[in-house]
Amino acid sequence: MTTQADISAEIAALAGQPGEQPRKDYPPYRSSVLRHPAQEPVLADPEGVELWAPAFGHRDVDDAEANLTNRHPGEPIGERMVVTGRVLDGQGRPVAHQLVEIWQANAAGRYWHQRDQHPAPLDPNFTGAGRCLTAADGTYRFLTIKPGPYPWRNHGNAWRPAHIHFSLFGTDFTQRLVTQMYFPGDPLFDLDPIYQSITDPQARNALLAAYDHEVTAPEYSTGYRWDIVLTGSHRTPFEPGEAP
Amino acid sequence: MIPAPGQTVGPFFHLGLPYAGGNELVPPADPAAIRLGGRVLDGDGHGVPDALIEIWQAGPDGKVVREPGSLRRDGWTFTGWGRTATEADGSYWFSTYAPGGPVPFFAVTVFARGLLDRLFTRAYLPDPDPADPFLAALPPARRATLICAPQPRGLHFDIRLQGDDETVFLAYR
Repeated sequence: MTTQADISAEIAALAGQPGEQPRKDYPPYRSSVLRHPAQEPVLADPEGVELWAPAFGHRDVDDAEANLTNRHPGEPIGERMVVTGRVLDGQGRPVAHQLVEIWQANAAGRYWHQRDQHPAPLDPNFTGAGRCLTAADGTYRFLTIKPGPYPWRNHGNAWRPAHIHFSLFGTDFTQRLVTQMYFPGDPLFDLDPIYQSITDPQARNALLAAYDHEVTAPEYSTGYRWDIVLTGSHRTPFEPGEAP
Repeated sequence: MIPAPGQTVGPFFHLGLPYAGGNELVPPADPAAIRLGGRVLDGDGHGVPDALIEIWQAGPDGKVVREPGSLRRDGWTFTGWGRTATEADGSYWFSTYAPGGPVPFFAVTVFARGLLDRLFTRAYLPDPDPADPFLAALPPARRATLICAPQPRGLHFDIRLQGDDETVFLAYR
């Protein structure tokens, strides 16, 4: 079986290459081998609907969905935690009233998912999925439990650093992003082929939340801040807000 | 400012992303509804059972829709956006309207376990305008990967992540 040492050597061989995005062709992440396009993407000018993002509103999302800790009769186990920040476009403008979705493992590193058979306990009081809409200034905020790291089968003794999956929309279709937020100082970073598929360390750091004592609530929860910058918008701020 | 890089949706996205009715932009019983469906295939031609497809499209009148309600559909409001996970054989389908307007295509986003960042593509209606500058610039065999095949009650669109007939994926200027 492939060992961590094998994977770490493959990671080292590809490290440091420039690029703001993960390398889609990244053999250390074994599942990518048959699932990455071999051809370069074709450059296109966004047209029609691509200049707009779908609209979401309070009809779609209840405010209560931003709290992942009160979906069940009891309190979930683990470190109660607020994750908050702003969603910004590439020019630093807030992405207002837009959908943010998250999903994650519980404090023991187990997902509420049939395919996760890792022998860590499920928490009957924690499902691990949430949604919210950003405020006018782009702020999102979730109350959740800090997820644990968990094993997977990419190679022998493979473990993922603790993370929360984030799904984001911008003001344009072209800004669509699904990514993962990580916690500072995780000892598994260097070993993880998914995190290391972003071979530029500066770009990788853009996925790190920061502990923020101002977000921490006295005698209740710790606080993390993570601002999310999307790629640039193709529309100018002065264009009228009416779709064609 | 450094944009946040993408990361794979992983194997457990069903916990957070798909939702009931996500693939029904229009109730299938609507006489004007069409089925947009196909398969997501890997480099060996096998179906990808853990992919997620989103479509975003204009209405039949060609207008961009600005209506919320995609996550909790009321059965009457066309929002232009849908999401579905693939089945065990890699297949997916949406019930929707054919988009109208000068450039009639479905804007498609593809996510999957094993795919480190999302992919963008376009599913054009059959027989697109031969003068369309984007399509015209592609070699014919590659262009064909972006064009839906007509079916009795809809459109067929396969997404090949790799290999012969690999789908054309887009990077936006």
